[in-house]
Amino acid sequence: MKDDKLTIVSFLCNWCSYEGADKAGNARLNYPANVRVVRVMCSGRVDPEFVIQAFKEGASGVLILGCHPGDCHYKKGNYKTLRRIYLLKRTLEGFGIEPERVRLDWVAAGEGERFAKVANEMVKTIEKLGPLELSEV
Amino acid sequence: MAKPKVAFYWCASCGGCEEAVVDLAEDILKVVEAVDIVFWPVAMDFKKKDVEAMKDGEIAVSFINGAVRTEEQEEMVKLLRRKSGLVIAFGSCAHLGGIPGLANFWNRDTIFERVYKEVPSIANPKGVLPKTKTKVGDMELTLPEFWDTVRTLDQVIDVDYYIPGCAPPPDIIMNAVSAILEGKLPEKGSVLAPDKSLCDTCPRSEKKPEKISMKEIKRPYEIIPDSEKCFLEEGIICLGPATRSGCGEKCINANMPCRGCFGPTKEVIDHGAKGLSAIASILGIEDEEKLSEEDVQKLVDKIVDPAGLFYMYSLPSSLLRRKKI
Repeated sequence: MKDDKLTIVSFLCNWCSYEGADKAGNARLNYPANVRVVRVMCSGRVDPEFVIQAFKEGASGVLILGCHPGDCHYKKGNYKTLRRIYLLKRTLEGFGIEPERVRLDWVAAGEGERFAKVANEMVKTIEKLGPLELSEV
Repeated sequence: MAKPKVAFYWCASCGGCEEAVVDLAEDILKVVEAVDIVFWPVAMDFKKKDVEAMKDGEIAVSFINGAVRTEEQEEMVKLLRRKSGLVIAFGSCAHLGGIPGLANFWNRDTIFERVYKEVPSIANPKGVLPKTKTKVGDMELTLPEFWDTVRTLDQVIDVDYYIPGCAPPPDIIMNAVSAILEGKLPEKGSVLAPDKSLCDTCPRSEKKPEKISMKEIKRPYEIIPDSEKCFLEEGIICLGPATRSGCGEKCINANMPCRGCFGPTKEVIDHGAKGLSAIASILGIEDEEKLSEEDVQKLVDKIVDPAGLFYMYSLPSSLLRRKKI
């Protein structure tokens, strides 16, 4: 990525997606350093406050990755994430923040390649949108 | 001993907070007996110069309601801050931004366009908009600057305590006044109301099922809600789970859901984010395994204007404070 000032905060669930990212690392797959990883126990732990706080502190995109539906370590955490993040995206639209700046996706523990693909796609999306410039207040 | 001096002031507000003071009914006599009101534009004839003439810190307590959106309001609250020992943000607008704070989804230009040109009730053929300076003959008339962004009181001056509510209920006001008079105030920066969620004290909570599921979203005008059932169970969005208690459940008792005027409890940073999180968690929870992404979108899309709904009272105090301009 050309503009390494663009930061994408990513929340990865401990059981699937973080393992997936680890797999990507082991396989020496590339993904841009703009993607900064925060490990959480479950994608359901990602409070909408976290996402907004990330934007407030300068992130241009937020990526949330969890286990595929049906595979959640806590059985149903990711279903709640699905509804919560969609409603958050709709709400952020009201603030003038493009919904594409938030992406929720599923990456299993064995899916190193999928992790790298999603991370690269997210960086491209954010590159296209440019930095998120919130109004000074 | 001289009675402590007290001031009341209003900024961007509807006047309901002033009525809340009068709503104290007989109790207001106790207040008047204990204090000396030195400034209260809505009720008494003291002027700005009277406040200016006071010594710094001479006013024991200033109760300021309303959000801050104009140059004049900013100037007045800064003056009152200087002259006061304690400043209390009184009511939702001073505390969180309140209903006037919804203007942060717009800015000065779009608001002026709408209010002075587009609304059906206006006749303004020349398209005149308010200006800070207008020449009339050889005189110049002035108006205070109107800011793009509505701010909470504590975004403009240091605030000691908060009395929440739209408008604050009499018992909350009296408890706060007694605490001040008796010097029994909690830690600076506290909201002078219980730190529990509304659901905790909701009269409907006894009949609430163990697990609440919202099958679909309904708006209050679409159904006549059962006066004993939890609103969420009936599909009506109620911000009780994310809102501080202490209001006396007036809306609930009038068969209307909570819209969040008391703001969040202490630990919450962003009231709207908490509210939307709570609602999204229970929406469609019964069949959650079976819902496709499209099903979820269909369910959630029934919420019209989520930003306006979840931040109805708290937009200026939220993390983002306003829409991007």
